[in-house]
Amino acid sequence: MAAVDVEAAVKELRNTYSSGKTKSYEWRISQLEALLKIVTHHENEIVEAVHSDLCKPQTETSFQEIFSVASSCKLALKELRRWMKPQKVKTGMLTFPSSGEIVPEPLGVVLVISTWNYPFLIAVDPVIGAIAAGNAVVLKPSEVAPATSALLSKLLGEYLDTSAVKVIEGAVRETTELLAQKWDKIMYTGNGRVARIVLAAAAKHLTPVILELGGKCPAVVDANINLKVTARRIISGKWGCNNGQTCISPDYILTTKEYAPKVVDALAAELEKFYGKDPLGSNDLSRIVNIHHFDRLEKLMDDEKVSGKIVHGGQRDKTNLKIAPTILLDVEEDSLIMNEEIFGPLLPIVTVNKIEDSFGAINAKGKPLAAYLFTNDKTLKEEFVRSVSAGAIAINETALHFMEVGLPFGGVGESGMGSYHGKFSFDAFSHKKAVLRRGFGGEVSARYPPYAPWKLQLLKALVKGNIIEILRALLGW
Amino acid sequence: LTLDPLIGAISAGNTVVIKPSELAPACSSLLSSTIPLYLDNKAVKIVEGGSDIAQELLQQQWDKIFFTGSPRVGRIVMSAAAKHLTPVTLELGGKCPVILDSYSGSDLKSAVKRIAGGKWGPCAGQACIGIDYLLVQQKLAPVLIESLKRCIKRFYGDNVQNLQSICRIVNKNHFDRICNLLEEPGVAASIIYGGSLDRENLMIEPTILLDPPLDAQIMTEEIFGPLLPIITLDKIEESIDFINARPKPLAIYAFTNDKKLKDRILQETSSGSVTFNDTIIQFICDALPFGGVGQSGFGRYHGKYSFDTFSHEKGVLHRSFFPELEPRYPPWNDFKLEFIRLAYNFDYVGLLLHLLGLRRLFIPNRAR
Repeated sequence: MAAVDVEAAVKELRNTYSSGKTKSYEWRISQLEALLKIVTHHENEIVEAVHSDLCKPQTETSFQEIFSVASSCKLALKELRRWMKPQKVKTGMLTFPSSGEIVPEPLGVVLVISTWNYPFLIAVDPVIGAIAAGNAVVLKPSEVAPATSALLSKLLGEYLDTSAVKVIEGAVRETTELLAQKWDKIMYTGNGRVARIVLAAAAKHLTPVILELGGKCPAVVDANINLKVTARRIISGKWGCNNGQTCISPDYILTTKEYAPKVVDALAAELEKFYGKDPLGSNDLSRIVNIHHFDRLEKLMDDEKVSGKIVHGGQRDKTNLKIAPTILLDVEEDSLIMNEEIFGPLLPIVTVNKIEDSFGAINAKGKPLAAYLFTNDKTLKEEFVRSVSAGAIAINETALHFMEVGLPFGGVGESGMGSYHGKFSFDAFSHKKAVLRRGFGGEVSARYPPYAPWKLQLLKALVKGNIIEILRALLGW
Repeated sequence: LTLDPLIGAISAGNTVVIKPSELAPACSSLLSSTIPLYLDNKAVKIVEGGSDIAQELLQQQWDKIFFTGSPRVGRIVMSAAAKHLTPVTLELGGKCPVILDSYSGSDLKSAVKRIAGGKWGPCAGQACIGIDYLLVQQKLAPVLIESLKRCIKRFYGDNVQNLQSICRIVNKNHFDRICNLLEEPGVAASIIYGGSLDRENLMIEPTILLDPPLDAQIMTEEIFGPLLPIITLDKIEESIDFINARPKPLAIYAFTNDKKLKDRILQETSSGSVTFNDTIIQFICDALPFGGVGQSGFGRYHGKYSFDTFSHEKGVLHRSFFPELEPRYPPWNDFKLEFIRLAYNFDYVGLLLHLLGLRRLFIPNRAR
């Protein structure tokens, strides 16, 4: 797509936005209903497209992407009127008499840059928030998932108001052209390297940004727990989420030296139940997205520091871009696999002497998008929540916090900034305008020049809110 | 503007470096010498200096940067922050307009006091939420101007050598900048009050201009000084389009009792805040977030918003090991998919009926 098309598209959206169309409740509802229709009537096509891009099992696509989007649409449809309502605030003595409120309004024209691992969900979920908040939107799906990108372009083009919601497909060139435009907000999901480029481009126009990045999400496994359920939940969050290619998948495990063999055995047993003896032949595992990532993951596995530490799996099929669930035990801190986000089906286990030592090990790395702890020890839970900084924490679970709309979903530090999901999506794409209403009663002449000591005394008393002092100032005592 | 964000940062539990403005050297020095006497030096540090120190500070990795200042420097700060993926709050400025609807008598007097107080009161116009310019209906302009003149004389005096209760311009650079605004063709001719300058003492008389050229710098840049352009319109409703044709300001002040106009201003314009029938005072209302939108910045503070701005809101999910749901795990089959679909829809009746065919749980999916 030539540069002029991008400019023209954005100009059209600005005109549409200026007309006020996207601000109306009715328009927002109509678009959310259209999105809901897409997921209701086109589930099979979406499943096909995502399978084509990632070999993702139907259940994963339906469960994690399609139902999630449907659920988001329904929530927004149900709550939108409440979300749009101004919030009254209590104004104090200093501005008496007055009334105050916070009025949510759209930011304007926003850009959503999506990614390839949940190519439908991560494209549409932010768009739901942007539309609910009354903005015009450009969606740039990931070119690394081309079938889904094409489908999004087709379906959103058919069902949504294209004068206000556009899908612009493309790769680096188109993304660069998009980033050169002026936006009122940009949301980017992806990696830290491109995030810096997005943020630098946004800085030129003072555009606020949400960055949903990743990190090495640790899972700490204590002793004296239900190890079978723990193993199943770890597997579900790791290999059950796009075969580990997920920002909130447990990246590595921390457990005590003595407990580690039990963890390995439990994981191995459940892995076999889930994916059979030949996981490369299982239909229930996504493939690696492309040869570049396949090679990257092979390099991590073949690193001489860890290649001897594989205790489960390790099988690979380059032709079909498949890697089996692989567990490595006792990897060293300075190995490649422990110094970058794995984003694949390799699970290193790092052992510590005492389980509490794992907290320091986690905090020594960049803040992850999520941190997980499996324990029945109340003190350990409290200490974990208190001392480990991450986008989110889940206790005795992995990844599932994603579905809890009451919790903000976002990172901190290297794992990103800003958050969304549920009402947080609406808020992310809104400006909360402060409004103060006054009349001419209750005039305090002390605020005007010429200034005098008694005026200062009265203003001081007003700021303190101390009735006695106010009276004294007024009476000149 | 130095201590207020500091309060937020400390209450949220952070360690802080403050870089006060070098353009206010006495305050910078006072803060630098006083704060270490009272606060924990290991956690709160003051670094004084100019733009070279600021550049050095910006090279470091911070967990948050809070900047108050101009959009130009705001861009520099945000670009530096981008290298470390540091979130920022930018409190910038803009041309904050006053919309004055038809008031008369004592209401007009009160409005004029608040307008004068909101223009020349805050640092002689050198304030981000200070009034920049005023919009009024043409036929009301004469009465307004007379009232404003009387008010200015009462508040500040009428001789630039003897001005009372008003700040000077901060330095020669800004003094010259403001003088240049007056020297553009058409602008000087539009001065209807004031205009006197005292370069030695860096004082500029409160100055009113009537309908200066709209493409002059005084109407395209934030004035940040004691010059008040009055722009006349045929109908006061035109103020909405006028404001929307310009970057979003930090504040809009609207003096009106017309509910319809109030609603239109709220719905159709965008600004950090809107205040009806007063100026500046929204700043001291802690229940209201203080921050900009668009060119006037992003992020907010004051009251609890200060605490929030320096905090990360961490989502925490607690689960127990029981109950466990089989359909959550592979191997996948149609039964499990249907179960999940029904669960997502909270279709409890459907779930129950589905579960009655329990045996199908263990049959793996064959065809896709």
